[in-house]
Amino acid sequence: MTTVNYKSVTNNQATALKDIPVLEYSKFADMNVELINGNPARHCVNYFGYHLSDKISLICCIADDDLHQIFVSSALVEENTELESLTFRNHNFEKFEREIHENFGIRYSDHPWLKPVRYAHNRFDKKQRIEGYPFYEADSEELHEVGVGPIHAGVIEPGHFRFICNGEQILHLEIQLGYQHRGIEQLFLQKTQLLERSTLAENIAGDTVVGHTTAFVNLWESLCGHTPDDGLHYSRILALELERIAIHTGDLAAVCADIAYQLGNSVYGRLRTPIVNFMQEWGGNRLSKGLIRAGKLNFPFTAGHSKRLLEIFDSFEPDFIEITQKLFNLPSALSRMEKTGVVTYDEVLEIGTVGMAARMSGLSRDIRLSHPHNLYNSIKHKPVIKRHGDVYSRVQIRREEVRQSISHIKGVLQNVQEIRQPLNVEMNPQSRKFILSLVEGWRGEICHCAITNEEGNLLVYKIKDPSHHNWMALAQSVRNNDISDFPICNKSFNLSYCGHDL
Amino acid sequence: MFDNLRILWHQGKQYIPNVTTVKVPGIFRGRPVISKASVDESLLADLCPTKAITVNPVSLDLGKCTFCGECSIQFPDKISFTMEYKLSTNDRARLIINEEDDSPIVLNPMLVRAEIHRLFGRSLKLRQVSAGGDNSCEWELNASNNVQFDISRFGIDFVASPRHADGIIITGPITANMAEPLERCYNAVPDPKIIILAGTDAISGGIFADSPALNREFLSKHTIDLYVPGNPIHPLTFINGVLELLKKR
Ligand code: SF4
Repeated sequence: MTTVNYKSVTNNQATALKDIPVLEYSKFADMNVELINGNPARHCVNYFGYHLSDKISLICCIADDDLHQIFVSSALVEENTELESLTFRNHNFEKFEREIHENFGIRYSDHPWLKPVRYAHNRFDKKQRIEGYPFYEADSEELHEVGVGPIHAGVIEPGHFRFICNGEQILHLEIQLGYQHRGIEQLFLQKTQLLERSTLAENIAGDTVVGHTTAFVNLWESLCGHTPDDGLHYSRILALELERIAIHTGDLAAVCADIAYQLGNSVYGRLRTPIVNFMQEWGGNRLSKGLIRAGKLNFPFTAGHSKRLLEIFDSFEPDFIEITQKLFNLPSALSRMEKTGVVTYDEVLEIGTVGMAARMSGLSRDIRLSHPHNLYNSIKHKPVIKRHGDVYSRVQIRREEVRQSISHIKGVLQNVQEIRQPLNVEMNPQSRKFILSLVEGWRGEICHCAITNEEGNLLVYKIKDPSHHNWMALAQSVRNNDISDFPICNKSFNLSYCGHDL
Repeated sequence: MFDNLRILWHQGKQYIPNVTTVKVPGIFRGRPVISKASVDESLLADLCPTKAITVNPVSLDLGKCTFCGECSIQFPDKISFTMEYKLSTNDRARLIINEEDDSPIVLNPMLVRAEIHRLFGRSLKLRQVSAGGDNSCEWELNASNNVQFDISRFGIDFVASPRHADGIIITGPITANMAEPLERCYNAVPDPKIIILAGTDAISGGIFADSPALNREFLSKHTIDLYVPGNPIHPLTFINGVLELLKKR
């Protein structure tokens, strides 16, 4: 057993950078691997590097869901050097180390899959081009490859999927991303006004505007030593749960479309509308852009909104329940969903999935319970857990979470009828701090990290969308399935391209 | 069978009968109006996250605006957003709103190519390309074809293959990594063809405008037939813009 040497912090607790122990790389590697191995309540929420004079400082953050703590440690290494990987001993680190490799040229001698992540504009090796991605190949007479993308058939974002198939059966899927890379993390440093940064946060992933912007504003307020009043916290809970209801309902429509169940597609599709239109009634934008702001709320939540929202639920719920009962009793629908796209408990644990992509297989990962933010601890939240890890489990989670979110919102509305906080407050980030902000978005755990310098300017801004972990689970889910089941598997995960590519 | 009929019955009438006149609910940041009121103009310009506001006299560029609303909240006497969702035009200059300009945003008929109505007036098939789009405009384009907005009733559809398309509709600020796929997709569309830019990111780069990760060369090589502002675009802004582009002149 290696000595324990980390700084233990809670969600959104700004901590002095000097309090994070700097370990020798081999001790750092041993400790972080040992922290996770054999402990499902722990996983890596972020692991990244940044330039510190002529070296690279690596920061690793391991969350412990039972203790509600995050263990932060660091190591100083040379750029363009060779190291042993953590991934070799625990696959949770796979994508993180690929990113460190891509950005800083660190070569991992024993990393099993050291491929580019997103071809970031500031990558270490500019000669690497996205069109030259090294796909895994099968040298076989019998097998064939199917390439899909980067532009897909529907109105969705780009990414390249390469299947290796035996007839109709998928043996392997490799997902290559990076097409959506806009350089957001660098822009967070370049742009210094708060509103510029809030705008960046709400454009990370346009289907998770509330999730990512909440992660940013929670981080920013704590970094500036500002304590928002309860109303602001409640407004964020309302917006987060409404975003969850809207997207989950839309996802149910999309799954119905993929199994050619037109009635379900139409009904769920139209049920989403009153929810997003409510967001417009509240904040003037159907996808909640402009709503979440650090230290204030530009658009008051009034007693009128409260009443209106309850009316919307009154008509939403019976129609939602009716179509849901129909869908879940249709043998032809169930046969497409059950045992399709299975990822087992052991597999999700190994991958380190988060959110729905963990809860589908019996792994309880839900930041609202494990590292509660924005007064979620005042709501008795109980994660919805399924066991089978198939399309059916993912669809069931959505069905149950929609109703759970409605009940959370009703609970909040019993305590708060009005939220007003229109005024700008003066906020300045503290110097030499490290802070980490976790939010449970509808997809799962969102993690933003920041480090400030002596002047309180941002030195690092690190963003992690839940899709960072979960894309690998999608690739795993389709193995040994028919290629015709790929669309429904993909929809049932509904992962983010832009959130991954940043 | 009876279950299905009952479910259908419970949905009631969902489609919007007239997409050109319907009112949007609640508050909405549509076409802005700028008054003559005197304010500290440099403060006003500085607060805008995308430099959409220029001063002396004040003007606001809808091609750059992210519709965050902050300017109208800080300077309510100077800038206000109306409920008007008809923001699309084919004239980039028309997206710049000047002081006391309270006229509808329309297309410049001189810039509409003659063949557009003749060839696409009754059927337009679009290939959508997301080039760094954040999935919000993509989301609203999909919503344009749900049972409420139902854009396909006008013969406007999204197709899977560029070979089947009459044009492309671009979302996102156009990342360097998507520059080549975008060009190839456009080249695969048979002539004559149109280009629509949907959303602030596509029109100007939005908040990403000065990112080194973009490559917007495509836009300088081709003529744009329609600009649809919004962050994201509202389905009604998109539908009305396309209907205006296709109509008989
Ligand atoms: S609403 Fe538009 S013009 Fe006004 S501050 Fe926001 S981005 Fe700038």
